[in-house]
This record gives sequence, C-alpha cells and structure tokens, in this order.
Amino acid sequence: MPPIFSGHPTMLEENDWRNAAHSTGTSIMAAEFAGGVIIGADSRTTTGAYIANRVSDKLTRITDHIYCCRSGSAADTQAIADIVSYHLNFHGMELGEEPLVEVGAAIFRELCYNYRDSLMAGILVAGWDKKKGGQIYSVPIGGMCVRQPVSIGGSGSSYVYGYVDANFKPNMSKDECIQFVTNTLALAMSRDGSSGGVIRLGIITEKGVERRVILGDQLPKFYED
Amino acid sequence: MLVLCPEVPTPGFSFENCKRNALLENKGFTVPKATKTGTTIVGIIYKDGVILGADTRATEDTTVADKNCEKIHYLAPNICCGAGTAADTEMTTQMIASQLELHKLYTNRVCRVATANQLLKQYLFRYQGHIGAALILGGVDVDGPHLYQIYPHGSSDHLPFITMGSGSLAAMSVFESGWKPNLDEEAGVLLVRNAIAAGVFNDLGSGSNIDVCIIRKGSTDYRRTYDEANKKGIRQASYRYPRGTTRVLSTKIVDVEEVSVQRIEPERMDTA
Repeated sequence: MPPIFSGHPTMLEENDWRNAAHSTGTSIMAAEFAGGVIIGADSRTTTGAYIANRVSDKLTRITDHIYCCRSGSAADTQAIADIVSYHLNFHGMELGEEPLVEVGAAIFRELCYNYRDSLMAGILVAGWDKKKGGQIYSVPIGGMCVRQPVSIGGSGSSYVYGYVDANFKPNMSKDECIQFVTNTLALAMSRDGSSGGVIRLGIITEKGVERRVILGDQLPKFYED
Repeated sequence: MLVLCPEVPTPGFSFENCKRNALLENKGFTVPKATKTGTTIVGIIYKDGVILGADTRATEDTTVADKNCEKIHYLAPNICCGAGTAADTEMTTQMIASQLELHKLYTNRVCRVATANQLLKQYLFRYQGHIGAALILGGVDVDGPHLYQIYPHGSSDHLPFITMGSGSLAAMSVFESGWKPNLDEEAGVLLVRNAIAAGVFNDLGSGSNIDVCIIRKGSTDYRRTYDEANKKGIRQASYRYPRGTTRVLSTKIVDVEEVSVQRIEPERMDTA
C-alpha cells in the first residue's frame, strides 16, 4: 500500500493491530532423554506482521515437575495453562504428593476437547514423575492426547520433521539431547518467519527444572546462503 | 387465567436485533461504528520503579473528539494503567480498581501488580476480545517494579519496556534504540517523553500533549501535561482590516413601508 499524504490512515480502520488476534506462530519441542525431558521454544509472539514480544517465554510452569509448551492463540493457551495449573495444585494438595504428568495432560485434553470449537491451542505437556519418569504428551488442536518420546509443534515444526526423525535417539545423554533440541529449533526458526528470537530451554528431571537461554548470536549455524 | 397460566418469558439472550441488523446491513445500511481512540501509550522499568506515558488525543473516526483526554488510569495507590481504545478501558479499569481496593481491605496488604494482571486478563478473556481494552499495567509492590502488556483477548506479557496503540511502532523504535536496564529517573522520563513524542508526530491517531506517571516504591507521581509536544504558534501581526479599507462605490437608501399589526383577542376554550 502506498503512503497517503492526505486523508486518514488506513491503519486505524480494518488492518488494525487490535483486530488481529494475538498469536504465537511458534516453534516448540520436547524430547525424552535418559533421566528426564528437555523442552524448548523460540521466543517470538506476533500480532499480524508485528512482533509484539521478541523475548516471550512459551515454556509455562504447571507444577514444579510439569511444564507445557504453548502454541496457537496466546490468550487461549495462557488461560488454559492457568486453569490446569490451578487444578493440579489442588489435586497435588489432596494427593499429598506431586501430581502425575499423565493427569496434567488429561486435564489439558479435557479442556481442549470440550472447548475445541472456541479454542486455538496446540500444547505439549512435558514433565517428570515417580511412576513413569520423563514423559511428553501432545495435545493438538482438536483435543487429542497422545504420548510421544519426542514431539514438535507450532508453525515452524513442519520444516523439521525430517531432521527430528533422522536425529532422535532414545536414551540420549543430557548434553546430547540439549544439542539435538537446540539444533532442531534453530533450523525451524531460520525457515519459519513467525518463529525467531532466542531459544528457551527447560531440562526437567527428578530434581526439578533447570532453565537455559540460547541468545540469538549463539544459535548453531547451518547452511546459509 | 393469567394467574393459573402465567406467560413465562423465554430465558436467555434475545438475538432478534442481530438478525434485524444483518438484514439492514444487507440492504445497504451503514452500521454506526464504535469510537476508537488511536493512541500511543508506553511504559518502562527504570532504577526505582516504573514510568508510564500517554498522548492525550481521542479520535472519533477522522475527527479529534478530545484534544486533552486522560489515558493513564488509577488502579491502586501503587498501580496505574495506561490504556487505549474506547470507553471499554475506562469501565474495565474502574471495575478492577474497585475489586483491588476490596482485595486490599480483605487481605490488609498492598496490592500486587500480578493480582491486577490476573484480574484484568481473566475478565477480558471471558469476553473473548469484545471488550476492546488494550492496557499497559505498571506498578511497584513487595517484589519490586512490574510492567505488563495486556491485550483485549486476554493475553499478557511481562516485559521491561512496552508500547501500545496505533503509535506503538514509532514509540518502540525510540525504546529499542534508547532503553537500558537501571536508567535513572531523569533519563527514564526523557525516554518516555521522546517515545510518546514519536507517536504524536508520526501517527495521525495520536497527538496533543504528553502525560507521564512515575511510580516509585512508596510514592506515585502523576504529571498531567508533562509536555506539550507541539505548542500553538503566536500570530506575528494583526490581520484585521481597518474601517474604510473597502471603498464605497455607490449608496442607495430604501424606505421600509410601515407594517400594520392586527391584534387578535384570544378565545376561551370550550370546557363545558
């Protein structure tokens, strides 16, 4: 659209930032390794073509040992995460111990399935519990729930399915798995326009979570020409 | 009969008017639009707290409805809310302010900014974006200064510097080049002023004056009309013409005829 010298800016009319729902065109992933799971995400939040937040944290705490990776509408996923967090906190108090990851995933599924017509949320639930160790559950848009040893999500994921299939190995070491997650996300972020920024990581083990950030200038480099 | 078989109104909402409006719209009737305010609002975290800034233009389509409106709203003694978009923000902040006051009385503690954020986002999410309140929430509580960006759909971000509104892009360019952690108050206020001025000068939806609100630990400083971004100039000379500048070419005097006035006696109304 050419610049207009007189009259009113069209920006205030239809293509207004307020009309565009705030959503996270995203690259998220989670992978099991020996001793727990590693979760990762990019840090870009967009409203239309504008980057509303370049340092967002899409890895959200549900309990001390259960985290979720959020993709889709920011408002929807934040609201769901808050509600699940509330339920699991309550459940944990009644139980007197840490809730199971599968219970967390089941609550996510329940909400995402029951409100499937009004929600836009693709969530990866990851965590560690005494019963099954490190686990990842994928809850995509219709409200399905499935356990996977490695899972990717968001708009950037379509670029890296092949890379994940070729490079994932069960029972990797912690450092090996961190490198695998970092590489996958860096590749997804470089090809997907709505993903980018820094890589945020979470290493969930029996001991809890360890958070890391990989800055934009420290991302692994691949073929670029 | 009505007592035995009362007419019970159908429960729930009536959507009659929606159908009527859709029909009217199809027939070419232009639906009246809600007042939207093009805005520039900003907020930053600095050494001792947060600083909020706003322009003061309110627009109604292409006209400036108010040249000096207030966009920074009170939420609690230690929390303020910069806001954009329509009457929704005013009512939303007033309602949350009252809930926060009651919460403070109930708990006997100073409100946390996180509480205000949670109340606002849950309220806005319930209305699925139909309440057009886009807010910058800033304040200082027991765990220090906080700044939140809240969107009408109910999502929120926790950031060290924020801009919102139609002038947000201009204002963000100022922050991205000038913001540093631990700015002092003077530099912080200047940065906020410059960000709003960028919005005022480069965005048609924003204009007029600059309001600034500084929230420190234990004190709030609201500076209404902190700066007039563009002052009205003074006329250099008088442009009034003295009498007789225009030459009288000819004169003609016409006598007005006398008008006769006929008085009519009012009749009594027949009340028999």
